[in-house]
Amino acid sequence: METNQNSSLIAPVKTKDLDLNFAAEIKQKHGVDINRCFHCQTCAGGCPFHLATDYPPNSIIRLVQLGFRKEALESSTIWLCVGCHTCSIQCPMAIDMSAFMDALRQTAIKEGACVAEPDILNFHRDVLHTIKRHGRTHKLEIMLRYKARKWDWFSDILVGTKMFAKRKLHLKPSKVKAIEQIQKTFQPQPDGVVYE
Amino acid sequence: MNKQSAIDVSYFPGCSLASTATENNLSLINLFNRLGINLVELDDWSCCGSSSAHCINSELAFDLATRNISLAPPGRPLAIACPSCLLRLREAQHHMQNDEKARIRYEETWGRPFDPNLKIQHYFELLDKKNLLSFSKDQIQKLKGLKFVTYYGCMLARPPSLPRDTKYHGLMERILSSLGATSLPWAYTSQCCGTFLSVARPDIVTPLVNKIIRGAQDAGADFIITACAMCHMNLEVRPTVKPTVPTLHFTEIFSLALGTDDYKKWFSKHLVDPRPLLKAKCLIN
Ligand code: SF4
Ligand code: SF4
Repeated sequence: METNQNSSLIAPVKTKDLDLNFAAEIKQKHGVDINRCFHCQTCAGGCPFHLATDYPPNSIIRLVQLGFRKEALESSTIWLCVGCHTCSIQCPMAIDMSAFMDALRQTAIKEGACVAEPDILNFHRDVLHTIKRHGRTHKLEIMLRYKARKWDWFSDILVGTKMFAKRKLHLKPSKVKAIEQIQKTFQPQPDGVVYE
Repeated sequence: MNKQSAIDVSYFPGCSLASTATENNLSLINLFNRLGINLVELDDWSCCGSSSAHCINSELAFDLATRNISLAPPGRPLAIACPSCLLRLREAQHHMQNDEKARIRYEETWGRPFDPNLKIQHYFELLDKKNLLSFSKDQIQKLKGLKFVTYYGCMLARPPSLPRDTKYHGLMERILSSLGATSLPWAYTSQCCGTFLSVARPDIVTPLVNKIIRGAQDAGADFIITACAMCHMNLEVRPTVKPTVPTLHFTEIFSLALGTDDYKKWFSKHLVDPRPLLKAKCLIN
């Protein structure tokens, strides 16, 4: 798989371009302290997606420690991380990588950073959209919305038909009765950001 | 065990078990009935928030998870079958146990007091507490000739905030081996299945699950026994290896070994049909 690793890091770095408070900000706002990381790279070795991401997980930590805000927020790693905890369970410093990646994704959305994996973000939004409507995920609706966005009707058509035939995909969503309670949780955040 | 002595346990099925993995749900309820546990579904439960909520909005993830916690009646444990839903609810509960602001948010949002003693458990924990390995004479031969590998997926990996949560490695092997089946060693028992990347990046997930399927073939397994409905789905849908290895939910094979005849509705739901092999092994008619 292609990587664009470190391309922007090869040029001389001007400290005025760095956000030296980034790590402190992540700790203060999201409660994740990455300054304990000593870059043993255990997480990088164990991450199931390390070949697909542009930076291994500990390099994202490094970028944040050194203040490369834009590079961290625009990396594909933050979107490809599925939060499987394979890395955290092996991390000698017990760093919660999944919570760290959550923090970066949310910061990237808030700041309107360029999203390296827009399909993944769209998928998350489609999932949340069905939760907001029904209180539960409705797989068929998620698939259809996702496909409609991409204008991609043909990939996975076999899988979809098979699942439909096996009644694994339901036409009608299973609905929560007290749907107003669910909708209440989707109120815009105090900072005005609507995520969905 | 007879019905009268059945104990009630609250149950959160989650969206996968309620839709794409009904066979997992039906076989779980069936299994627990046999073991004298009555799973009482939480009334009007909602999605735990899934991976998508915590990825992009932590407050929403907290609210979606805690609504379900607030629905659990006091005095009995809350059992969950989906490892991912379990993590969402456990993390939210842990957050409330350690942060007063989170408790206040919970009580204000849901209008119910926080119960710090509620036990939120994977159903494995309930199994582990029962003395399950004393099966009857005819049961212990039930799965003879069946060779399996277990697939826990990321269920065994917990975030650093929950270091004390039990991991139950070996539980499926112990139980199925006591019923006569042969557990085979392999490398992929706790390899991540790729979860939601299966939708947006199947190009990443396919090689990953192919490796898992090939690993099971190399080990000589008839079936991959899964602990998670999401993993189960990815292992059925995404591999391109032909022929593939059929997967069974742990609840299906366990319930079958205990003598259920309710399986017709379960096995017909699989995208990779396990019936020919189950028939060849004389496990179903
Ligand atoms: S395993 Fe932990 S300490 Fe080691 S590099 Fe990764 S995050 Fe840092
Ligand atoms: S939690 Fe994220 S970074 Fe860590 S192993 Fe899993 S996918 Fe990789």
